[in-house]
Amino acid sequence: MKQQVLTFILNGEEVAVLVTPTETLLDVLRERLQITGPKRGCDDGECGACTVLLDGEPVRSCLTLALTVEGRTVTTVEGLMVKGELDRLQKAFYERGAFQCGFCTPGMLMVAKSLLAKNPNPSRDEIRSYMAGNLCRCGSYEEIIEAIQAVAAGEY
Amino acid sequence: MKKKGVGMSCVLHPTGNKGAGDPSQAAIQLKPDGTFALLVGAVDIGQGSNTILRQFAADALGVPIEKILVSNFADDFAPLCLGSFASRVTLIDPHAVVNAVEDLKRRIREWVANEWEANPEDIEFDGETVYLRGDRERRSMTMDQIAAGANFGGGYNPGFLVGTGAWQPAKFHAHDPETGEMPAVGAISFGCCIAEVEVDTETGVVDVTRLVQVWEVGKAVNPLLVRAQINGGLHIGMGYALTESSYPYWPTEDYAPEKLGDYFMPTFLDYPPELIYGIEEVPHPAGVQGAKGFSEGSSNGPPPAIIAAIHDAIGVWIDTYPATPEVILKALEAKKASE
Amino acid sequence: MTQYVGQAMPRYDGIGQVTGTTKYVDDIVLPGMLYAKCLRSPVHKGIIRHLDLSAAERTPGVVGVLTAQDVPGQNIYGASGDQPVFNPDHIRYKGERIAAVVAVDEDTCMEALEKVKLEIEEQEPVFDMFEAMKPGAPIVRPGTTHNLHEYMPGMTTRVIKLGDVEQGFAEADLIIEGRYQTTQQDHAPIEPHVSVAYLDPANRLVIHTVSQCLYFHLSQLVRVFGLPMSQIRYIGGTIGGGFGGKNDIHADHVAGLAALKFRKPVKYRETRREDLRYSGKRGVFVMEYKTGVKKDGRLVANHIKEYHDTGAYGGFSAYATEKCGMFASGPYWIPNILVEAKTIYTNKVVSISMRGFAIINGQSTMEIQMGKIAEALGMDPWELRFINAWRDGDMGASRYIVRGAGALEAMKKAAELAGVQLPAHLMAMSSRRR
Ligand code: FES
Ligand code: FES
Repeated sequence: MKQQVLTFILNGEEVAVLVTPTETLLDVLRERLQITGPKRGCDDGECGACTVLLDGEPVRSCLTLALTVEGRTVTTVEGLMVKGELDRLQKAFYERGAFQCGFCTPGMLMVAKSLLAKNPNPSRDEIRSYMAGNLCRCGSYEEIIEAIQAVAAGEY
Repeated sequence: MKKKGVGMSCVLHPTGNKGAGDPSQAAIQLKPDGTFALLVGAVDIGQGSNTILRQFAADALGVPIEKILVSNFADDFAPLCLGSFASRVTLIDPHAVVNAVEDLKRRIREWVANEWEANPEDIEFDGETVYLRGDRERRSMTMDQIAAGANFGGGYNPGFLVGTGAWQPAKFHAHDPETGEMPAVGAISFGCCIAEVEVDTETGVVDVTRLVQVWEVGKAVNPLLVRAQINGGLHIGMGYALTESSYPYWPTEDYAPEKLGDYFMPTFLDYPPELIYGIEEVPHPAGVQGAKGFSEGSSNGPPPAIIAAIHDAIGVWIDTYPATPEVILKALEAKKASE
Repeated sequence: MTQYVGQAMPRYDGIGQVTGTTKYVDDIVLPGMLYAKCLRSPVHKGIIRHLDLSAAERTPGVVGVLTAQDVPGQNIYGASGDQPVFNPDHIRYKGERIAAVVAVDEDTCMEALEKVKLEIEEQEPVFDMFEAMKPGAPIVRPGTTHNLHEYMPGMTTRVIKLGDVEQGFAEADLIIEGRYQTTQQDHAPIEPHVSVAYLDPANRLVIHTVSQCLYFHLSQLVRVFGLPMSQIRYIGGTIGGGFGGKNDIHADHVAGLAALKFRKPVKYRETRREDLRYSGKRGVFVMEYKTGVKKDGRLVANHIKEYHDTGAYGGFSAYATEKCGMFASGPYWIPNILVEAKTIYTNKVVSISMRGFAIINGQSTMEIQMGKIAEALGMDPWELRFINAWRDGDMGASRYIVRGAGALEAMKKAAELAGVQLPAHLMAMSSRRR
């Protein structure tokens, strides 16, 4: 298949990469750019582990055709740290044990990030429904809710 | 109509393989800078085995935990661990770690005794200080000094201070063919679960509105991780109780789920809005500091507690897992027909 | 001196998980890496009559194929040592691996798989374990005459007994019977099954694995590869969830065989669809209880008939059936127990270990039985459990002695947290004495 050049902003830096029209953003991030934070849990849009922010909005990178992000801004879990400092959500997840195997965590963090950007003080129920598309088989939901609430409460 | 109910269950989970004979190994090395590199074989599947085994090593050595590095990266020199299954790691691997630490201490004693031309039996440990009994003033060395001396030689005798350890609960014991007798089990942990549900009698959907789960774990090695295991096991337990079947139309094989979207695992919205956990400790003689292990168990308690709550709500016992809406509605119909 | 055991502290390696830097196997991408995909049986049971991979092999981008003939050691793996890596003849379940295509990428593998010519003479399968036990049922394992696991030659029922159940039932005031079926459950860890294999500079086979139990699997893999253990570097340790599913080999054998044959790095991963449909599952149990109880609530006899569907191969199922029986009477002192346990083959995917393995099946059903008993006695369900809960020194079904009993303590704490007021005589009970 014919390859095309795709240019976009990835975690604050412009990247240009050759892709084929059928490749997803997840394929490009993981296999071509070796940005392996976003995880391939299902490749069907049903687990949320591949979630990244596209112009600030959470999207499933496994369902996003790579060429559609031309010129846009993509943030992955790798882009959460600022100047070597953990993001508040990362700190809260770490200290409060809001993960077990950690495979869903990159996706959870990105959705939580977008939630707090829209609603700095979400209620428990608002967190539950905003996060509902992300699965955690280790069952860390309760600890994730608490971590998000702790960040909202300014504990981190 | 929505009907509410509450139910409880009391369950157990044995830890370690039945019949025993399941060993683990560990190794620990005194590094040149006075830190300790702990090498274990347990696979960290998310339960946090690296974290707790480091805690055990710190206690056994009596040094600050920051001094201990841990790796379970399995390659050529990895210690053997039968695996992270049967909730066996917290029961078995700590013994291997403690034995490795004891072995390392013996090696350190020998190295120091050789330096001082003393008897290894007279060498004592006090945290990071090693001294000669009865002559602590003149004869003492810190772990840093020992580490530098042994590893770099110089004015000291060279040494490579590594300790190794292994352990299993008992030698393997097969079932007696006549009676099935098999006395050897590792330890047993216990759980109690209380579930509150709301059953929609029109749709058959069951919501778990509140869930309390307590586990008696011998010793809660790291309560943060124990909590994660208690609340986490509910995921598989709730799915088992209410929604998960790989063959929804069993035994019609061809209608199996093929996406996570048609295999119904609990989401954030399905988890009980009110979720309470508790930890109890009855030390077990076979565990290091009484630790039994338990992690798989937290899947065992919720299913029957949920079934009991459903019974409390609608007056029927569901005998088939999972209690899907279809199962609930059929049970309600059968109840009506029999009345 | 600080005591660390007992302290809440974050995960030692947890920074990796929250920064996305923890390396999972699928994160490994190597230069020149090849990919593999498997040809799977479209039928539940049958005999392979013809397999032609030549067109697949000629597909541009395909490096080669693997079949049973490419296994240098023995074409078997699995906890029971009975599963072929690539089935050469008798298909036992739908989705069973028959061959693999190795190519430059997965799309090419899929394209090539479309071109495989496979003819299977379909046979009648059996899915239900009770059907499978009937005389004349389709035979799951070729060369055998029935579908029951033999614990020892000729022994198809594992018996575990304590005391004398008949005498126990004679003493009982009430007998409650119940029949329960448990679910077939998928592990569904968010990290799918994947393996990366290559040869190192010393010509040793390196495999990056998602295994939960490396030494168990290593001992199976040496057989498949026909290599001594020292010639395999089996690298693992941190995985994206397992829940028992990764106590089975799903990918390492295929990736390893491909790396050995083509002498290039190979990644083999299952899609979520393949995992959901064809990987091992928690097997179905049917549990039949007959429980005798005195009017005062004391349990005196428990007769359990246990049926465990192991699917097409043995897996850990016989172990599970036995372990289930050992603990299926719950955390209760019952002086007379009889367990009769059978493990049955059917044409389904293999039953393997899963969180709560072998135990959840007994606990989740015995507790319903306890609920029914309390109802029949008109007794509070808490009281029934308190009366019967193990105390130190009690004995379980296979004559193990209970030490560190803690069911009562767990129940008291749970009642307290849930706001359940338990009567004083129950709160006064302890597992240390009866
Ligand atoms: S991998 Fe994209 S949603 Fe699962
Ligand atoms: S932490 Fe394992 S899936 Fe969420």
